[in-house]
Amino acid sequence: MHEIQFTLNGSPVTVKANPLKRLIDVLREDLGMTGVKEGCGEGECGACSILRNGKIVNSCIMLVGMVEGDDILTPEGLSAGKRGKAINEGYAQAGAVQCGICMPGMAIATEALLRENPTPNDHEIRVGISGNLCRCTGYDLIVKGVHRAAELGKDLW
Amino acid sequence: MVEFYRPQTLEEALQIRAEKHATPLAGGTDLLVRYRNWAGTLPKLSNSVVYVGHLPELGGIGVSGNGVGPEIRIGAAVTYSELLAHPSIPEILKRASWELSAPGLRNIATLVGNICNASPAADAVCALYVLDAEVEISGPKEPRRVPLHEFIQGPGKTVLKNNELVTAVYLPSSSLPITAYHKVGTRRANALSKLSFCGVAKLESGSVAGVAIAVGAVAPTVVRSREIEQRITGLRLDDIEASMADIMAGYDELIKPIDDQRSTAVYRKQTAHGLIERFLREEIRGAS
Repeated sequence: MHEIQFTLNGSPVTVKANPLKRLIDVLREDLGMTGVKEGCGEGECGACSILRNGKIVNSCIMLVGMVEGDDILTPEGLSAGKRGKAINEGYAQAGAVQCGICMPGMAIATEALLRENPTPNDHEIRVGISGNLCRCTGYDLIVKGVHRAAELGKDLW
Repeated sequence: MVEFYRPQTLEEALQIRAEKHATPLAGGTDLLVRYRNWAGTLPKLSNSVVYVGHLPELGGIGVSGNGVGPEIRIGAAVTYSELLAHPSIPEILKRASWELSAPGLRNIATLVGNICNASPAADAVCALYVLDAEVEISGPKEPRRVPLHEFIQGPGKTVLKNNELVTAVYLPSSSLPITAYHKVGTRRANALSKLSFCGVAKLESGSVAGVAIAVGAVAPTVVRSREIEQRITGLRLDDIEASMADIMAGYDELIKPIDDQRSTAVYRKQTAHGLIERFLREEIRGAS
């Protein structure tokens, strides 16, 4: 067991854990961040997406020992802010959400995209969410949801 | 007991390599998939790991003169996102880096990690073969450089000793501006390739002044033949067709693919032949 410190959704946290434990398991089980979903468990589907130091990564193929001192944002932290609310509202207005399991990861991917490019076109959106699989929608409604989120949160990014 | 080591300096990392022979981990995107376990349990690592992704000595891309032209040094902890953002990285490597995965993997996966895993299906490694890349190895002795095709010995096999670390990869000045890259796979983002193709060339007054061709995932290591490239060099573009049968007979000897879950040997062989022929007939003329 080690004490591992990092910043979680803006607040410093210290967890007692084996540094070889997967980051996703520490976030869900030790810290209650169940918005981080496990889909494939091998970095293909993006349901476990988080931001690490502002960049999107897959928490299912990371060890908690790797993030010592880092800044971690989960879907919970994103939803609590204005940008997260704009993303959620944009997706809702577009009807982009069906079963919902991919949505926390999609929201993180949307945040990562809009940080770099606040007015993306269809192609740029599809590249931005290319690491996130949705088995329900066929993606068209998600692309619309991202456009709507960008409009609703026009001055936020 | 499997341990996780988090050194603060390269010197400390090398010491851990020398004493504990721990497996280096930078992004972990290959390693942690290979040793994945049930949700909520520790990965099935058989060896301790030493994390190196955060070491400042392994970060950064540098460009320097080496007497012949600019030479690019890519640190071992440099991610694919960093490669794509750098203006000096050659086009062929950017194309392969862009297509190999989605943002979430590119933000953490490293080029040197791909080299060290020595998978014949690693797209960016295929690009490094045509760029004549060299690998920098650090250990108890002075750092040394090894050509990439000598560093990689077979699937998952390299010349790296268990007390050494790859600290960088060097790209010599590239003088072959015509670039063709093709990834054949089921999904553009994240899917491992069925095969990948890299071709670069230079023309001078209607003749081939230089050419390099590499094909990934069709043999135990990336296929590249300097001998066949020398036969192509000097040919007039209009004379390539007459030599095509001879050139392809040469590549046929080297392209020995296998059947696996991603594709079949028959498909890979036929597609590899098709891609080489298309490059020599069309793409080498420099449309792109």
